[in-house]
Amino acid sequence: MATEVDASAVNGADDPGRRAPLVLGLPTFNSVTETVSRIVERKTPTGWAILTTFTFALLLVLLGSLANLVGTGIGIWGLNNTIAWAWDITGFVFWIGIGHAGTLISAILYLFRQRWRTGINRAAEAMTLFAVAAALLYPTFHVGRVWFIYWVFPIPNQMSIWPNFRSPLLWDVFAVSTYGTVSLLFWYVGLVPDLAPIRDRAQSKIKAIAYGIFALGWRGSTRHWQSYERAYLILAGISTPLVLSVHSIVSFDFAVSILPGWHTTIFPPYFVAGAIFSGFAMVLTLMILARSAYKIEGLVTTRHLENMCKIIIATGTMVGYAYGMEFFIAWYSGNDYEFFTFMNRALGPYAWAYWTMISCNVLFPQLFWFKAIRTNPVTIFILSIVINIGMWFERFVIIVTSLHRDYMPSSWSYFKPTIWDIGVFVGTFGLFFTLFLVFIRFLPSVAIAEVKAIMPAADPHAGHVEPHHG
Amino acid sequence: MDELKREAGVTPAYGTVGIFDTPGAILAAATELRDAGYVEIDALTPFPVHGMERGLGLRPSKIPWISLAGAAFGLGGMFWLSYYVSWDYPFNISGKPVFSWQAYVPLFFELMVLFCAFATFFGLWGLLRLPTYWHPTMTHPRFPEISDDHFMLLVEARDKQYDSAKVKALLEKLGAHDVMEVHS
Repeated sequence: MATEVDASAVNGADDPGRRAPLVLGLPTFNSVTETVSRIVERKTPTGWAILTTFTFALLLVLLGSLANLVGTGIGIWGLNNTIAWAWDITGFVFWIGIGHAGTLISAILYLFRQRWRTGINRAAEAMTLFAVAAALLYPTFHVGRVWFIYWVFPIPNQMSIWPNFRSPLLWDVFAVSTYGTVSLLFWYVGLVPDLAPIRDRAQSKIKAIAYGIFALGWRGSTRHWQSYERAYLILAGISTPLVLSVHSIVSFDFAVSILPGWHTTIFPPYFVAGAIFSGFAMVLTLMILARSAYKIEGLVTTRHLENMCKIIIATGTMVGYAYGMEFFIAWYSGNDYEFFTFMNRALGPYAWAYWTMISCNVLFPQLFWFKAIRTNPVTIFILSIVINIGMWFERFVIIVTSLHRDYMPSSWSYFKPTIWDIGVFVGTFGLFFTLFLVFIRFLPSVAIAEVKAIMPAADPHAGHVEPHHG
Repeated sequence: MDELKREAGVTPAYGTVGIFDTPGAILAAATELRDAGYVEIDALTPFPVHGMERGLGLRPSKIPWISLAGAAFGLGGMFWLSYYVSWDYPFNISGKPVFSWQAYVPLFFELMVLFCAFATFFGLWGLLRLPTYWHPTMTHPRFPEISDDHFMLLVEARDKQYDSAKVKALLEKLGAHDVMEVHS
């Protein structure tokens, strides 16, 4: 790393030897520790305090909306008998989908030995946890009598009544709670070695004890690293099918029903592609802000952003293919109800939502084919927001347009959100961003040990000392 | 009390440690020590140094077996639970089988993953004997730098060949600095 390398010039070159380095402008191990720990150690920045106050206010909106919901009942939402799932399940699928990018980065890219993931995996995994937390709120409160939510678990009782194990809704309970738990364990395992430097550098006794407890007395022993790396690999290995299963099972909530527009076999892969698509958009939204606010462009480089944009083109195109294919099958199947549902989506009362979805998810992401657009943080940021909006509309279109006109015209209806729908939705952003801001302030947001391990200086054969091989 | 004993050098020696500045240097030194016949040696590094397990001559980790046991427990447990609840309150729907295992496959999978993760997580800390409040290597004044950019090589006193003076001389010959004996 003696010479300065222009990252954008060689970024993405086919010859691996000419690719941009993964860490820019941080020549020593100490500079990596410094850069990441400084964020946690320095005084609270004013910008952080202002932002957190704002997001916390949104969190209070969530608490207020939920308090009214529990106190009054589900009727304060805009739901009705025809459209029994609306903004709440849209919000659930939206957030759970966003979570998927974190696991994709931490597990799947790890298995594929994509070493660039180390700059962004910690923050993306944290994002997963917070997105799952936001997602779980929706079905929990949608049950109405939330104090009976424990009925979803198979708890022995005197009536021998058990949850219906054949129901995709119950599979969902198991899938999402397993996903949240495994993501938390995986994230914490990754965090332990990085809490050690923060503990060792701590200036105050309280910090040393607080970080010391969570660092578990980590000392970097090779015997520890050996089991640790193996355990990390196993967790990555089981998280990979898990993340694919979770959104497949979420899609079963729809696909197993007989409703036109839901009852299709394309749903699992289509939902998984959409989840990764939306998740990467959210990772980009967060990381572009975080890297410029905390000056960690050397760790989250243009190469990282560009790679994520390429994944967005791939998954966005898959989603576009799925939109086209479900429309084609609706026509080709000769099923009148199915075809009506799709024509109704494109031309009916919710056409505005359908075309918002198409333009945000299929058309705009194609701009990433232009190198100038996918290497410029400003254009990436704008497009990431567009994709977030588009993916929310995708879930809205799937859920509401399929429900609002089913087999019987007498029960047709139109859904309009109430202020309480909006309050809960806006409030979950408050929850998500507050948790993320707290994370970035108090925990190492870049995987310090992993970044060090991919630096050229970390190769034991790089220096002049040549070890013996016995 | 322990603190005073340690300062007075009364507590038994845990081992001798030396500090290295680069991963290459510590890997070379660890390999030398192993070749010299030392067994109870360890390297404390800020990140996993490639090839160090081989350099120290470590045997493979047992963690995959623990994970496998957890996965088997989750899979078997869920199979049992779904079988039990099917028969505890049997439903006859159009004469379909009471226990239709095909419908439970997603649940078998999820619980297998969940318990595999639990076993891996708790098994890992069990194998590593963490959390720990204290370790003799932490008494070295330069221990805080081990999590940053320095590398510590440790020869434990329980090694058969251990001789404080000889180990100290050997470590220094291999390029270590700040070599000292640490006490438990």
